[in-house]
Amino acid sequence: MFQFIASHYNYWIVIFLMMAGFYIVVSRGNLVKKIVGLNIFQVSVFLLYISIGKVAGGTAPILTGKPELFSNPLPHVLILTAIVVGVATTALGLALVVRIREVYGSIEEADIQAANEAMEQEDVKAAQ
Amino acid sequence: MLLTFLAVTVIAIIRARHLFAVVMLTGVFSLLSAALLVQLDAVDVAFTEAAVGAGISTVLMLGTLTLTARRERVPDRIPVAPVLIVTITGAALVYGTLDMPNFGDPTAPAHHHIVPEYIEGSEKDIDVPNIVTSILASYRGFDTLGEVAVVFTAGVGVLLLLSGGGMAGSRRGGEMDESIAKTPQADSVEPPGKGGATKGKEDGA
Amino acid sequence: MKHHLVLRVVTKVLIPPILLFALYVQFHGDFGPGGGFQAGVIFAAAFILYALVFGLETARRVVPQGTLRALVAGGLLLYATVGVVSMLLGDNFLNYSVLRPDATAGQHLGILVIELGVGITVAAVMIAIFFSFAGRPPTIKDEDW
Repeated sequence: MFQFIASHYNYWIVIFLMMAGFYIVVSRGNLVKKIVGLNIFQVSVFLLYISIGKVAGGTAPILTGKPELFSNPLPHVLILTAIVVGVATTALGLALVVRIREVYGSIEEADIQAANEAMEQEDVKAAQ
Repeated sequence: MLLTFLAVTVIAIIRARHLFAVVMLTGVFSLLSAALLVQLDAVDVAFTEAAVGAGISTVLMLGTLTLTARRERVPDRIPVAPVLIVTITGAALVYGTLDMPNFGDPTAPAHHHIVPEYIEGSEKDIDVPNIVTSILASYRGFDTLGEVAVVFTAGVGVLLLLSGGGMAGSRRGGEMDESIAKTPQADSVEPPGKGGATKGKEDGA
Repeated sequence: MKHHLVLRVVTKVLIPPILLFALYVQFHGDFGPGGGFQAGVIFAAAFILYALVFGLETARRVVPQGTLRALVAGGLLLYATVGVVSMLLGDNFLNYSVLRPDATAGQHLGILVIELGVGITVAAVMIAIFFSFAGRPPTIKDEDW
């Protein structure tokens, strides 16, 4: 039983991190915090991949000429590119937040929604 | 152990209200996860995560904070629905992991399809000691080309959103539409010389 | 942050090693941990440090806007060009074995060039993103922190 817990501990912490990120995204109204939540979610996925790729007793996948047991290099490749792509898309999200702040004067979801509703009502009035 | 540190940091991130603290904790989170990645033999990935997560993304988030707000508004009610959703999803995922192979198990299916061929080929055909590089650049070169294209697109997107216009969009209505119409013109993917010239005018305005 | 003497001196001392390290990571990626993605990010970090300490305008003079945009596209084009060249030489897109008479040497050359393309694009994109964030007029004053 204890061994089972020890050998699945990595998955459970990853799930905890993933759910924490998910929780931040759905429960917080602040857009910057939402992006932080997405980032945490992302890192937890990275850790999931890399921990699946780990082989007990293996070393980093760099050939040294001796026969060795390597950890699985394929997840490393996927995650390596994913991290850089992740920061680029995070930057895009932050840029959107900055533009939203400039147009609405707030980065709280509630304020933005209120402003949108007010605008729609004005439009309805103008149409009448 | 490091995994536990990560969990604690995340709890701190959830509880922090001051966005500056949140961003700093995110940096700590990235650095811890980089340390963890070294433990898991992923040196290349740890390298990237340390440079990107603790360096660039922290700087970008701080840049965003100077342009937006420092504090998060405290929610006026306890969010019951999100807690419920998250708990149910988490429980389902934990149930799913019960069938997963043990941590570090060399007989796990992930290690037996195609990867042994990559390791062997990296030694014989490509003769590059770093297997990650040989897979990244050669076996999965097309994949990496796509990733670079995504980075490129994201960069162009940020330039489109932020380079031109200044504060022109800060009031809604006609002006806002105008700034949206104006931005792509100034910063579309035209030859850099021409774009730079238009950009200069925009900055002066 | 121009008035902090210690920061300025330390930055001046730090930037050359950072750039050198980035180049080492870029071109030593075949043998040890490293490659275009990491090198690009480290290279960009050096420029961001420079811009933070010496001001955005000084940094813009080092890498003008036009050059930066050309580099953003140039890296990706370099990568794709390698693919097209290997196709013109009669093999699959991005199969480097045909770049040189010896297949292994061809692979080495191909990997080196595409890693360079990756590095250029990543570094240029990161610098460009930082410049465009830093170039916006801030809404919070320094004292409010």
